[in-house]
Amino acid sequence: MQFDQLLQYTLSGLSTGAIYALIGIGFSIIYNATGIINFAQGEFVMLGGLLTLSCLDLLKLPLWAAIPCAVAVSTVAGLLFERLAIRPLRQPTPINLVIITIGGSILIRGLAMLIWGKDTHSIPPFSGDEPIAIGGATILPQHLWILAITLVIIAINKIYFYHTISGKAMRACAYNRRAAGLVGIDVRRMVLFSFMISSALGAVAGIIVAPLTMTAYDVGVMLGLKGFCAAIIGGMSSGIATVVGGLLLGVLESLGAGLISSGYKDAIAFIILLLILFIRPQGLFGKADSERV
Amino acid sequence: MKRELLKFAAFAVFVLLLPLLFQGGYLMNVLVFVGINTMLAIALNLLLGYAGQISLGHAGFFGLGAYLSGILTVSYGWNPWQAMPVAALAVGCLAGLIGFPILKLKGHYLAMATLGLGIIIYIVFNETIDLTGGPSGLSGIPNIALGGVTFDTDVKNYYLIWGFTLAVVLFSINLANSRVGRALRAVHDSEVAARVVGVNARILKVQIFTLSAVISSLAGSLYAHTMTFVSPASFGFNFSIELLTMVVIGGLGSVYGSFLGAALLTLLPEFLRAAHDYDIIIYGGLLMLMVMFMPGGLVRGIPALFRKLFKPGGGAGHA
Repeated sequence: MQFDQLLQYTLSGLSTGAIYALIGIGFSIIYNATGIINFAQGEFVMLGGLLTLSCLDLLKLPLWAAIPCAVAVSTVAGLLFERLAIRPLRQPTPINLVIITIGGSILIRGLAMLIWGKDTHSIPPFSGDEPIAIGGATILPQHLWILAITLVIIAINKIYFYHTISGKAMRACAYNRRAAGLVGIDVRRMVLFSFMISSALGAVAGIIVAPLTMTAYDVGVMLGLKGFCAAIIGGMSSGIATVVGGLLLGVLESLGAGLISSGYKDAIAFIILLLILFIRPQGLFGKADSERV
Repeated sequence: MKRELLKFAAFAVFVLLLPLLFQGGYLMNVLVFVGINTMLAIALNLLLGYAGQISLGHAGFFGLGAYLSGILTVSYGWNPWQAMPVAALAVGCLAGLIGFPILKLKGHYLAMATLGLGIIIYIVFNETIDLTGGPSGLSGIPNIALGGVTFDTDVKNYYLIWGFTLAVVLFSINLANSRVGRALRAVHDSEVAARVVGVNARILKVQIFTLSAVISSLAGSLYAHTMTFVSPASFGFNFSIELLTMVVIGGLGSVYGSFLGAALLTLLPEFLRAAHDYDIIIYGGLLMLMVMFMPGGLVRGIPALFRKLFKPGGGAGHA
């Protein structure tokens, strides 16, 4: 095995991994605030990409304006999802929540199919597609964009959760919802926020990956599941552990696809998912005291 | 129990007489699928409705049954009657083995793990091309024959499938009303409480998971031998969701509810031909509406609705 090839797989794995990390953080934020695994998370990834496409083609917006526009619409979709599906639920048992978020994800996917059809669409790369040589490997400018945007978002995330009142309130909800309510935090609003933030994160992930992989109404399923896998590896943390989880998954998947078989690429992620759930359900870096089993 | 038997007898008579109405039309073919889906929905319901354990990977067990039966008969020349039990046994062993680690997980985590399992199985169907024919499928699977009768028409298949389905219905009703059924419901309500009163929750969950997988595998074998062709597309994530929808719409923890859900979801697309591509939206919407407004499913929701409508002031008892 040549070093160049390994480097190539690792680099492209890192950028896919960054996408998984962003989606995974979205999962964790909702999970920590509400105890819900949002099966519709992947659909916001899809919405991000396709909404950008519509902003570009129909509204004729330039790319720099289309992206925030698409993120904003996805965030509103996340808000509506929480208000219309999650909050009115009379018996919020885990099984009902699983079913309702699955129902929601199918519905969103179906509506997307109605709006954008079944074709795959592409979004132009942010700054050309001239390959850049690194060592013996080449990467596209879009790979760099993905890594850079992911870094920025993780930094913003950190600032929000540790240095703003609203972020601290959200963390309080994650530790103990009841106690958070008792000290005057509006828990329901925090839940709503968590859905909005994670749909925005999902949308960003969907937008930055779309120029590389194309996008379609059904890309959300796989990306969502991989993101969940990243979050599980990271022990459902909304911080650096999930980022590492995402990158690890991306690289393993890319190496597996390159060295073993590309047909089994998706299976690799799920085998890792099952192994982690079976052996270390608290995540790769977590302590064994968590309540996740 | 006597009432249960009467109910079952009425159901069986209804099922056996139904073909007389259609005289072997196209709908017979659809009714064969209703039978297969009823079996699958009951299998999932035993796990989800009775024991309270979700599975989003049941299409995988269904597919394993179908493929094992198909491969054993096509590539190895076995008789379907030999292939079916061997397939069921193999799927049962797999489910039993994987059941121990997977059922330690709860709620959302169990959902994700079973989903992952289902997708892995689906990928294997697609990739082991030498064995399964890959995405283009496996054809030429023989029909089942019994004492000189080959089950190769819709009417014959109807009786074959529904014979098995009725057996599964009867078995499940018996199970639900037995000591095991009560233990399952105890596990559903509170695993800790169930353990305290001496139910070995862990083993019980694995047993019911295995049973559920075996029934699904059987349904898969029957599917393969009636269709004579299988391809991975029938056993993907979407079908797992469809099964879940059947169980939830019909009513969790109700055997006849599963039949109702399976019948509705199998027949609906036939009547919504125009909306063919959009049936997935209908599934999604139905799932959400049911969980929000009729968490007991049709079996309990419709009687409750009637009571509400026709007995004003009597209050709607939630069954």
